[in-house]
Amino acid sequence: MRTKKYTPYLYMLPGCAMVLLFVYIPVIANCVYSFFRLSSYSSGMKFVGFDNYVRFFTNETFWIMIRNNVLYCVISLIVQVGFGTVVALLLESKLAGRFQNVFRNIYYIPALISLTAVGLMFTFVYEPNLGLLNSALKALGLSNWTQSWLGDSKLAIFSIIAMSQWQFTGYITLLMVVAFQNISTDYIEAAEIDGAGPVRRAISVMIPLAKEQLLVCSIITIIGAFKLFTEVYSTTAGGPGNSSQVLGLFLYQNAFLHDDLGMAAVTGVFIFVITMILSIIQIKVTKSGEV
Amino acid sequence: MKKKTVLKVLLNLFFVFLALIILLPMAWMIINSLKTNQEMFKNSLALPAVPQFNNWVKAWNSGLYKYFGNSLIVSGASLLGILVLSSLLAYGLTRFQAKGSNVIFLIVLGGMALSEQVALVPLYKILKAMHIYNTYWALILPYVAFRIPFTVFLMRSYFIAIPRELEEAAVVDGYNSFQIFLKIIVPISKPIFASCAIVCLNHVWNEFLFANVFLESKALMTIPIGLMTFKGDLRADYTTMLAGIIIASLPMIILFLCMSRQFVRGLTAGAVKG
Repeated sequence: MRTKKYTPYLYMLPGCAMVLLFVYIPVIANCVYSFFRLSSYSSGMKFVGFDNYVRFFTNETFWIMIRNNVLYCVISLIVQVGFGTVVALLLESKLAGRFQNVFRNIYYIPALISLTAVGLMFTFVYEPNLGLLNSALKALGLSNWTQSWLGDSKLAIFSIIAMSQWQFTGYITLLMVVAFQNISTDYIEAAEIDGAGPVRRAISVMIPLAKEQLLVCSIITIIGAFKLFTEVYSTTAGGPGNSSQVLGLFLYQNAFLHDDLGMAAVTGVFIFVITMILSIIQIKVTKSGEV
Repeated sequence: MKKKTVLKVLLNLFFVFLALIILLPMAWMIINSLKTNQEMFKNSLALPAVPQFNNWVKAWNSGLYKYFGNSLIVSGASLLGILVLSSLLAYGLTRFQAKGSNVIFLIVLGGMALSEQVALVPLYKILKAMHIYNTYWALILPYVAFRIPFTVFLMRSYFIAIPRELEEAAVVDGYNSFQIFLKIIVPISKPIFASCAIVCLNHVWNEFLFANVFLESKALMTIPIGLMTFKGDLRADYTTMLAGIIIASLPMIILFLCMSRQFVRGLTAGAVKG
């Protein structure tokens, strides 16, 4: 084809410019901001060295946030990835029958609803007086199990985590079902001929052959846990007190409620370092096709 | 043989049980959205005496129709931007053996590792400086930019697999490179366009963080933030709010039920949550 030397770059230019301008430059600027004191209402900024970092790591909510993000992460790994994969295996087993696609689609539906809609919905489900959960417990004669699910500082974060498991377990199940379907039937038949039962087949054939997808699922779950924001914002807003505070919400509140952009920037850098490391692993894995 | 039947029944009961956990909160919400507030306060588990479809109409009229319009404009424009820019970029990367295209691809792909929150504060300042804060553009431009890396990733692997002979024949016919893109590459890549469109739409339609920060006026709000303002506007009118949540959630669910195959392909080709 007779094309000028610069032609391919013309095709690449608009997209690359967008990514540089609205993704890379802000992220770099955020790292710079983390060393300054600045406000959203003025353009002046004052260099403060590591002051923002010191304030961030010594903040009284720092360990609460770490605890909450890590809790969210660990429980999501167990329920969404662990249990979600088990459900996927069961859906793919020979015993599942012809409705497996219907079940798979039903489990996936919550992942299609916006985080705010799910958050608002669960503020109703968890509502102490007329909510679904307490009403159902009362109807079952378990009145002393009723709780103020989002209003109790010990329970709030767990209620939010439970809501996320409801929303995203089916998503992981769907991803794993497709991974299992992509396994060549030859392997499974070969294992069958060797006399492997269904459990044995799952553990020694299906899981190892889908381990790449399993790792990707784990990593997106971990990254999601450290980007957590809307789920908390739309239910407890970090409360009661600071008991359900998480990194993403802390960033938002410092930037747009307390006008402490330096502190928000440091929180951003912290999230950035965690998610970057994990994303690089994810990209490496999806590209090379092996763990 | 008999043991197998028992296991089969048990397994399907387990599937039904899981389906109930997923569906019950939704069913409860639908039932209560059709009740009067008094009925809901009295017993949220009971069925409505007379279904109050009026709640849905009220939710729609108390601003939801406007948020819907805004979401359609923002999602439509973003989707167009994402697909056009990503496909051009992927075309440039794959069909010319251009020098440095691997480096460019890695830089673009690296954008996938950068999360929206990290860019939030500087983006806010940039958009203000560009005088597009609190306009549709304040959402469309960041949405497009943040979805390009993932979309290029999917399209690139599809374009690479297109046989070169097709292009060579077109060159003989006197096509220039843009005509080749438009008349050959795009038509045979329809499936990947559909998958990318659907995954990006799900993301953009439900996006909250940027929409919450980069918009101020109610007249521009998209559905996810509009729903949050419902909370303040409707106060104790719970049933109308529930109706609003349902209406807001329906489009993506219906789309999924109609196009689940494209959904699944797009999701699994590049698993990215949130």
